[in-house]
Amino acid sequence: MSDVAFAAGGAPHGHSSNGGAHSYLENTGKRKGILSWILSTDHKRIGILYLISIFSFFAVGVVLGVLMRLEMLVPGPTGKIFNAQEYNALFTLHGVIMVFLFVVPGIPATLGNFFLPIQIGAKDVAFPRLNLLSWYLYITGAAIILVSLFMHGLPDTGWTFYVPYSIRTGTDVTTAVFGVFVLGFSSILTGMNFLTTIHRMRAPGMSWFKMPLFVWALYATAWIQVIATPVLAITLLLIIIERVFSVGIFDPAKGGDPVLYQHMFWVYSHPAVYIMILPPMGVVSEIVSTFSHRTVFGYKAVAISSLAIAFIGYLVWGHHMFVAGETETAQFAFSLLTFLVAIPSGIKVFNWVATMYKGSIDLQPPFLFLMAFIMLFAIGGLTGLFLGSVATDVHLTGTYFVVGHFHYIIFGGAVFIFFGALHYWFPKMFGRMYNKKAANISLGFLFVGFNMLYFPMLLLGYEGMPRRYFSYLPQYETLQHVSMVGSWVLVIGLTIMFWNLIRGIRKGEKAPANPWGGTTLEWTIASPPPTENFEEIPVITHEPYYHPDAEMPEEHAVPVAK
Amino acid sequence: MHEQQSHQSGEQAHEEMISYGTYILVWLALIALTCITAVVAGINLAAFTLAVALVIALTKASLVVNIFMHIKFEDKIFKVFLGIAGFTIFVIFTLTFADVFFRR
Repeated sequence: MSDVAFAAGGAPHGHSSNGGAHSYLENTGKRKGILSWILSTDHKRIGILYLISIFSFFAVGVVLGVLMRLEMLVPGPTGKIFNAQEYNALFTLHGVIMVFLFVVPGIPATLGNFFLPIQIGAKDVAFPRLNLLSWYLYITGAAIILVSLFMHGLPDTGWTFYVPYSIRTGTDVTTAVFGVFVLGFSSILTGMNFLTTIHRMRAPGMSWFKMPLFVWALYATAWIQVIATPVLAITLLLIIIERVFSVGIFDPAKGGDPVLYQHMFWVYSHPAVYIMILPPMGVVSEIVSTFSHRTVFGYKAVAISSLAIAFIGYLVWGHHMFVAGETETAQFAFSLLTFLVAIPSGIKVFNWVATMYKGSIDLQPPFLFLMAFIMLFAIGGLTGLFLGSVATDVHLTGTYFVVGHFHYIIFGGAVFIFFGALHYWFPKMFGRMYNKKAANISLGFLFVGFNMLYFPMLLLGYEGMPRRYFSYLPQYETLQHVSMVGSWVLVIGLTIMFWNLIRGIRKGEKAPANPWGGTTLEWTIASPPPTENFEEIPVITHEPYYHPDAEMPEEHAVPVAK
Repeated sequence: MHEQQSHQSGEQAHEEMISYGTYILVWLALIALTCITAVVAGINLAAFTLAVALVIALTKASLVVNIFMHIKFEDKIFKVFLGIAGFTIFVIFTLTFADVFFRR
């Protein structure tokens, strides 16, 4: 099927259409070598910078995660592997790195930077220098967090920095928190840049409802980044003020209110979950349309559901605090509101499935990643209902069930689609193709490894295994071992996948401009894209997912039962 | 083109409308309101403590936003953006109160 290209206004197969303009990879500008990357204001180069940085931290996070699983080799202290304090540091670093350095910047900073301007027919983002500054802030924040490791012992609070422990512990929480504070500014600037770009730089004819759904998802995400991240910044500053100046804000011993900290933290950190998951949902809409060769079913509903998720995402943070001492009134309100998120999420999932219905489905690697996503995300979403309901949450909160649920949503959902998106846009970004068979094999390992690793956690949590313990009772041994072996299978999958992609960049076959038959604007330009994306800014006359020959001939249509 | 003209005329309008005197008056008003906040903090207003503090804060914020940040004279789109941010803060406060006000 990959031999068919019929994009509306899309480029035909073969190398094409940049009229001899140099690609962004060849055109280094005035500078050479590494300077042509770290001083470039080209959104595509900045996207690649983010991609390299983010996946470097991801690798560190994976190693820490595997080490945590290894500690679960035997019940009780393993003695030779890690002690309790080291285990606390491991899960804190794993959480901080994966959340703040990998999955929050994740898709928007990398693929969003690369494809947002191209998908709306622009030559760059609205503020290219601010874009580069965002990357420097990201690197600075990350460096500060790394420095914190070598100052007064590894932070051991968990990634949530809950008070009063984070105020009383002797480890270096202040520096780590300041690092996260700086990272927040990177996120805010990226959000502002995207909002302005989407409002002001769309190509002529691209009305709001002619924008690709990935752009809609980035738009909703950018609003959350701009509005929610400052709340986190304030909260983290208050921790620093309390630690450095001993002002009683959160510590009850000084007259503060520890539950207030949790309110402020989750006011940001719950919407942050939607910063993580909305962009992947946008990617899903792209992939499902391209590989089903159909327009997205219910396009407007899918577009608006992104905004609805972004908005409702602000109203549900209290479900993290059901057992933290909030009142019954708050428990009732937050539990009710939490269930509302299921509505726009359901709209998306049902519309994706409806898009596939009667489609001409092409089982290429990105589509297979999408199928894995839908299944894992469904498990993540359904286990979320257990936690959103107060009665069951009292039993399950603080156990492995929460860890399992969270990883099904974020790893099984967001990160699997991040991988899928890399496989989808890889030929466009690098002008080369990876080995598809190896990609499918890696997905097989990832899918099996993932479920071996995290499904036992749901069972362990249900049986009462608390999270963040470096030891466990003998009855949990079997499931702990399954989970540990799962982590190894997952690492094999990751290794194959990254080896395949990196090999593809260096030695892969040359990719045509539109290998999948995609219909959005990035598929109308050469692979890899020229520095200024478009020779002439395109004029948009049709919807983004217009497949001219997608109408199925009458005789092939499925008969409707009467 | 029309938009550009109206934007330029808007800029000129607010340059004429806000004098240095107004800026100084607003600055003095902000200092006065800060002093009131400090004084009120020492008085026991029971259930009204928070309401009074919020009203003062809101007044200060609207002075800064409208005069210092020129939002009063800007295009509608900026007011909409600000309105969304303001509404979000309102929602966050209201839901936090669902916890704080019902504690026993």
